[in-house]
Amino acid sequence: MVHIKRLQEDGADIITPIGEIDASSSIELDLTIAKSVGEGFTKILVDCSSLEYISSAGLGVFMSYIEEFKDKNLKMVLFGMSEKVANTFEILGLYELLTIAKDKVEAKKKVHEV
Amino acid sequence: MRTKALSRLLFAVGVITWVALLFTDISVVFSTKRNLPAEIPTWLPGVILNLYVIALYYYYKLKIDRDDQLNFVDLLWRVFATGLVATVFSLIIRLIEYLIGATSLAGNVVYIEITYLINLGLMISFLLAAFSAWKRLILYQKSKWLLRLWAFFEYSLLISLLYNSSIIPKADWLYNTLIGFFVVVGLVLSGNLKWVAFLNFRQKWTSLLLLLLTIFYLVYSFYTNSALAMSVSGEESGFADYRTHVFIQSLIAFVTVYSIFSFLVILFNLPTTSVFEQKLEEVVNFQRISQSIQTEQSEESVYNILLETSVSSVFADAAWFEIKISEQDHRVFTYRISEKEATEIIDHLKSHHVTGVLDQSTDKTKNLSKHLGSLRGSRYRSILAFPIYVKGENIGKLALLKELPDGFNKEMTKIVSTFANQAGISIENFRLLEEALQSERYKEELKIAKAVQKSLLPQMLEKDSQFEIAAFSESADEVGGDYYDTLRINPQETSLIIADVSGKGTTAAFHMSQMKGIFHSLAQSCIEPDEFMIRANRALVYCLERGSFISASFFLVNTHDRKVRYARAGHCPVLYYSAATDKSEYLKDKGVALGMVRNNSYGNFIEANEFQYGPGDIMVLYTDGVTEAKSTKGDEFGYERLAEVLMEVRTLTPLQIQDHLINKLYEFSGTKNINDDYTTMIIKFNHQTQTILNR
Repeated sequence: MVHIKRLQEDGADIITPIGEIDASSSIELDLTIAKSVGEGFTKILVDCSSLEYISSAGLGVFMSYIEEFKDKNLKMVLFGMSEKVANTFEILGLYELLTIAKDKVEAKKKVHEV
Repeated sequence: MRTKALSRLLFAVGVITWVALLFTDISVVFSTKRNLPAEIPTWLPGVILNLYVIALYYYYKLKIDRDDQLNFVDLLWRVFATGLVATVFSLIIRLIEYLIGATSLAGNVVYIEITYLINLGLMISFLLAAFSAWKRLILYQKSKWLLRLWAFFEYSLLISLLYNSSIIPKADWLYNTLIGFFVVVGLVLSGNLKWVAFLNFRQKWTSLLLLLLTIFYLVYSFYTNSALAMSVSGEESGFADYRTHVFIQSLIAFVTVYSIFSFLVILFNLPTTSVFEQKLEEVVNFQRISQSIQTEQSEESVYNILLETSVSSVFADAAWFEIKISEQDHRVFTYRISEKEATEIIDHLKSHHVTGVLDQSTDKTKNLSKHLGSLRGSRYRSILAFPIYVKGENIGKLALLKELPDGFNKEMTKIVSTFANQAGISIENFRLLEEALQSERYKEELKIAKAVQKSLLPQMLEKDSQFEIAAFSESADEVGGDYYDTLRINPQETSLIIADVSGKGTTAAFHMSQMKGIFHSLAQSCIEPDEFMIRANRALVYCLERGSFISASFFLVNTHDRKVRYARAGHCPVLYYSAATDKSEYLKDKGVALGMVRNNSYGNFIEANEFQYGPGDIMVLYTDGVTEAKSTKGDEFGYERLAEVLMEVRTLTPLQIQDHLINKLYEFSGTKNINDDYTTMIIKFNHQTQTILNR
């Protein structure tokens, strides 16, 4: 089960998933990101500090946006992952494909980079 | 068969006793007339008459009382038919009498006696037929008390036959008391007319006619018989006179009273028949609506039955059922009204700001008829609408229309409201049934997927003098897509793969089969591990939908150079135990899972590495189900524990290592029901080869 919060800061949309993202709750994450893109945000931050677990389906959601973001010149930065979640990202090689920051400050800096 | 034979026998006994009665009675009359000493005792005719009564009584008991197939009208018809036969017979005798010329015969006491006995026999037969039929009618929906009363009445009547057999001395007071007693009990019993309510309009008319004729026959036979008895007694007194016969007299009284009661009750019930019929139809309709969920194929037909039944129950002219599909979307099912007309009415009421059930915001049932008057071009003048709930949620509303103004009364409102409730339950049941079927289908699908997945895993693993392999895969209830395989390319080289398809169920199984195809076609040509991944990625991009991916590790074992070249595409890092250092480590190389990068740049995200293996070295390949296995406390099995478990059994064979690992896994998770797939492939390089090489 996951609960997703959204708030806007400095022109960036911050998405905060709280709990666990598995096959069924990954749909919610997908919808949230799609909504954010639909509302015209070009800078999206994902706060993973409250994310306890993410399954391969959840990772698939992030992955599925990589190309779209590249085409539309949108930026997405993930930050604040726990070691366990970070490990999941790392094993699958998503560190290579996604922009991942340590904390919010670094994430903001990265998202504002041109 | 037996009852048929028995009824025939009884009929024959009846005829014989009647003939016997005829002879004995005539002989008695004849001898007394001539003042001759009687050749037979004078009480004999009376006894024979009683025997005749008993024979016919049982005959009709079999014919009418025991025949379960007769309905109410059939019963009346039987009585009527018996009466008709009796009357026609009696009339024929009169006709013959008239034709021959009554004068010569009228004075002959024997002739009168014969006609009297014929008529008496016919009348008794008719009365007993009616008695059996009335018994059935009275005992319809009987109570215990009624049954007892009837039994008492019937047996008392039969016992009263004794009275007429001259065994008990005749006395006027006794006779009157008995008659009075039977009439009173008969009257009480005649109050049971429940069957009348179950006749429909047509049946009631038929019954009225049949009863009227039955009463006519009764009057006729009573009149004929008493006239004949009078004329016989005028001549002679020693004959079998039924006028002092308690049984026959009581029977006449009872049959007549019940006939008249029935006739009157049916007559007065005629105007209310339609109401009863309507109630009956409602019950049938309720049943239909609740049965519809078992028989109907779609929710739509449940709606249609709901419309049809509610319309017929309140005599509405048309109806529609508007169902909410989503917040904005509505669908309208109509009955005897076009969808256009229905939406016109809905829009009209909306435009007049009529708040009622047709308005989404309120749930109140409301008679909206007065607002319909202002809609031009519509023939409907009354409208009644009800919300329908499924699990407390308003799923739609039922609207009924009538062309009459003020066409719906309170009772109808109540009926339709019950209908709406019932319909809600039916729809809910139907949906539950559908869901159950769906999940059953899904389970079946999973079973197939599981079988497919199992069949995709190799039955036999490659063997070599330098290494041994053991593999294990156990999938959870929800099928995952774990895959492992081995392929010998040439005597020196063997390729190994382990892969995990994202997602679960049938899709995962299909992707797994794609992976198998790719492995078998690419690995054969002995390509480099990174090249293998690049090509596999290119092929998979066309098969995998966005968001799906496959993590894989590919190994190329070269026994000649004692080298392993490998590439890791997002798969769990291999656990490698080196016997030389007696240490184990995870080989965390760079590599992105297959299907994640959908362009030609994938080559930048994958790399190939190699290492030399020594004797006693162990490679543990596994999927994330192993490291992510959870204990009841919520802890994960984890990488460290996996490495620790390997160290415990590093000296054993791959199969022993595997068994130990699996035992540890189940022990850790504390349950047989795993929530992900456990897959391991363990490769151990042999000591033996070392010795061979050293030689």
